[in-house]
Amino acid sequence: MFKKIISLGSKSNWTQYSLIRNGFTRRRFSSEAARECINYDVVIVGGGPAGLSAAIRLKQLCRENDVDLSVCVVEKGAEVGAHILSGNVFEPRALNELIPKWREEEAPISVGVSSDKFLLLTKKHAVPMPNPFDNKGNYVISLSQFTRWLGQKAEELGVEVYPGFAAKEVLFDEDENVIGIATNDMGIGKDGSKKDTYQPGVELKGRVNLFAEGCRGSLSEKIIRKYDLRKKGQGQHQTYALGIKEVWEVDADKHKPGDVLHTLGWPLDHKTYGGSFLYHMQDRQVAIGLVCALNYHNPFFNPYEEFQNLKRHPAIRPLLENGTVLQYGARTLNEGGFQSIPYPVFPGGAIVGCSAGFLNVPKIKGTHTAMKSGMLAAESAFGVLHKGSNMKTYWESLKTSWIWEELHRARNYRPAFEYGLLPGMAISALEHYLLKGRVPYTLKHGKPDHEATHEASRCSPIEYPKPDGIVSFDVPTSLYRSNTNHDHDQPTHLRLRDPKVPELVNLPKYAGPESRYCPARVYEYVSDDNGQLKLQINAQNCLHCKACDIKDPKQNIEWTVPEGGGGPGYSVM
Amino acid sequence: MKIMVAIKRVVDYAVKIRIKSDKTGVETTNIKMSMNPFCEIALEEALKIKESGLASEVVAVSLGPGQCVDTLRTGLAMGADRAIHVDAPGALYPLTVAKVLKALVEVEKPGLLILGKQAIDDDCNQTGQMVAGLLNWPQGTFASKVVLDKEKKSATVDREVDGGLETLCLDLPAVITTDLRLNQPRYATLPNIMKAKSKPIKKMSLEELKVEVRSDLEVVQVTAPPVRKAGVILSSVDELVDKLKNEAHVI
Repeated sequence: MFKKIISLGSKSNWTQYSLIRNGFTRRRFSSEAARECINYDVVIVGGGPAGLSAAIRLKQLCRENDVDLSVCVVEKGAEVGAHILSGNVFEPRALNELIPKWREEEAPISVGVSSDKFLLLTKKHAVPMPNPFDNKGNYVISLSQFTRWLGQKAEELGVEVYPGFAAKEVLFDEDENVIGIATNDMGIGKDGSKKDTYQPGVELKGRVNLFAEGCRGSLSEKIIRKYDLRKKGQGQHQTYALGIKEVWEVDADKHKPGDVLHTLGWPLDHKTYGGSFLYHMQDRQVAIGLVCALNYHNPFFNPYEEFQNLKRHPAIRPLLENGTVLQYGARTLNEGGFQSIPYPVFPGGAIVGCSAGFLNVPKIKGTHTAMKSGMLAAESAFGVLHKGSNMKTYWESLKTSWIWEELHRARNYRPAFEYGLLPGMAISALEHYLLKGRVPYTLKHGKPDHEATHEASRCSPIEYPKPDGIVSFDVPTSLYRSNTNHDHDQPTHLRLRDPKVPELVNLPKYAGPESRYCPARVYEYVSDDNGQLKLQINAQNCLHCKACDIKDPKQNIEWTVPEGGGGPGYSVM
Repeated sequence: MKIMVAIKRVVDYAVKIRIKSDKTGVETTNIKMSMNPFCEIALEEALKIKESGLASEVVAVSLGPGQCVDTLRTGLAMGADRAIHVDAPGALYPLTVAKVLKALVEVEKPGLLILGKQAIDDDCNQTGQMVAGLLNWPQGTFASKVVLDKEKKSATVDREVDGGLETLCLDLPAVITTDLRLNQPRYATLPNIMKAKSKPIKKMSLEELKVEVRSDLEVVQVTAPPVRKAGVILSSVDELVDKLKNEAHVI
């Protein structure tokens, strides 16, 4: 134990690297003054659909059983919904179970899907294809708005929701059980010194701790590594995609509420998995986005520019031409599906929602499964606190729920695309119309996303056209529309495990891919006084999408939480 | 001595605003709202004065619709002792606000009224000055430094003016409006936010305060500034002079 403390304090790079790899916290050294400690029955990290559904379900169970439990939700966004971004065609299956009277309670769900189209795009044409989706009974919504409503419902039931507070550290007891989290110290300057406004973080200790941080949650990843949860679960690594989205306000005569469009093909090539979506919401608003799988090969690939290309396509451009962009944003999502589900229970709590990974890839929907996983975890947690049972019941209930059945049926679609676009589409069609997952085999994923990047010398740079300012824009213009802000005078939240790797590996070997896949231009290689290119990290731009944490070839970039309240300000995404 | 701080709920400074399509104003539905940054500075100054022992109580007041209560709770979480919410839906202009503040001052009798110099939504910069006029109190606006003297019952205020800094000595009670460099507002910590839930927020109406909302102003139209045209790279000074004279008409 004594030796461990010594190594915690050491400043050598290797020790820091191994510390972070093993998920140890630097609890003893991150704040000298004793932090205030507040106890709850349940602490939930993340105020998204999964976290809030868990909170609501807990309070419902309390009412049904005439007991009370204290439930606290911490959310790093400045308000609930600020960091929520999704397509979104919403399947109300979980909501119907959670809040059956959601219509009377004025949930912001009103636009039913009215038409559902699927196109294969080439550079100049759009070929209608048979539609693989069945969106009858689903709604086109803004998940950010819906989450805000869910937050209000949670507060009405007595859940304490605290936006503007980022969970920075996981707290452990001597037996390595999770006993809670600690929020960020606030008011630390860029050089690490305490400013006048310094406030130490607060420890929130829960008898049960649920992590609902969304895809690639920073603390969830630490917990998964520490307790080796991937191996204990379905076994495969998680695979990801990056979604870049804009909400436009278009001409009334071009707007058809409930219209749903998906495309495959252009601008992505046949080796890169991904596609676009275009959903007509209410109030003349249209959501458009491009999703690119992060196991792309070419380090010169730039998802943001590909999205700009998409909007130039003759089938898309006319809709947007006279419109205005309301908001822009980006977020990674899980594509690993069934094969990548980790064992979500650990001593002291569980992982819910996209932090574990329940997104149904062929349906491209993850909200309903995230919400259901939160509800199941809440039921388990209630059992733990009220009846003395074990959180393992969460895993058991997951395996007998419709989440499992749905993800099992959908498990072979995405891995089929490892063989290319056309074989992938052929196998998908086979699965969709004939097999429906009723086969004895389960296809495996390819390499982890960060290992899939080829060296720059093997690939050719891609020429992207300049933005026209009408349908395509440069990154700073788009970033302004995301309402992103961070206090500039704070230490950068994007940590390099080894500060020399960008100039020694990323730049020479891979041509600095982070300067291309980051949708916020956080990473830039600029010449210093000697004419050498050095990595500059503009952390203030960060959209909290986590693409860098996923795609960095040497996994050298670690995304950690900045001061709470910073980040994007999504309201209609 | 009691200090009263007036705070306003405005569109958050980081939000990219849009004009409503009917040109009647700025779109505020589904937009993040926060406490006006200058009001945060005003509250911070009041809290600093209280912490130095020169004041006994800080009361935060706000006028507006029901959601103002959220902003007042943030104020309570920062450290204010009590809050008053004057329920007033609809547009409020500086003269009305000043009249309400005068009525509140007559009820609460504070020794100091601190406001932000202006709100970031309308940029009026009028309320502080108007309420000082109505109360016939001395005013120190654009304050970048405030020092209180308890014995002499006065405040020495450094003001940021166009020419530099001006130092005034005001007899209390007085009105002070705060400028950016006065202080750095503190964070509302989680324990304080929790404690703030139990602090009282008194609700008052305009009828109780005997103030009539009479709008002398009518907003006719709100439009966005014209889109900035692309820049042009010129080849010579002569071309520049020619363009300045014949295109821009500035020389």
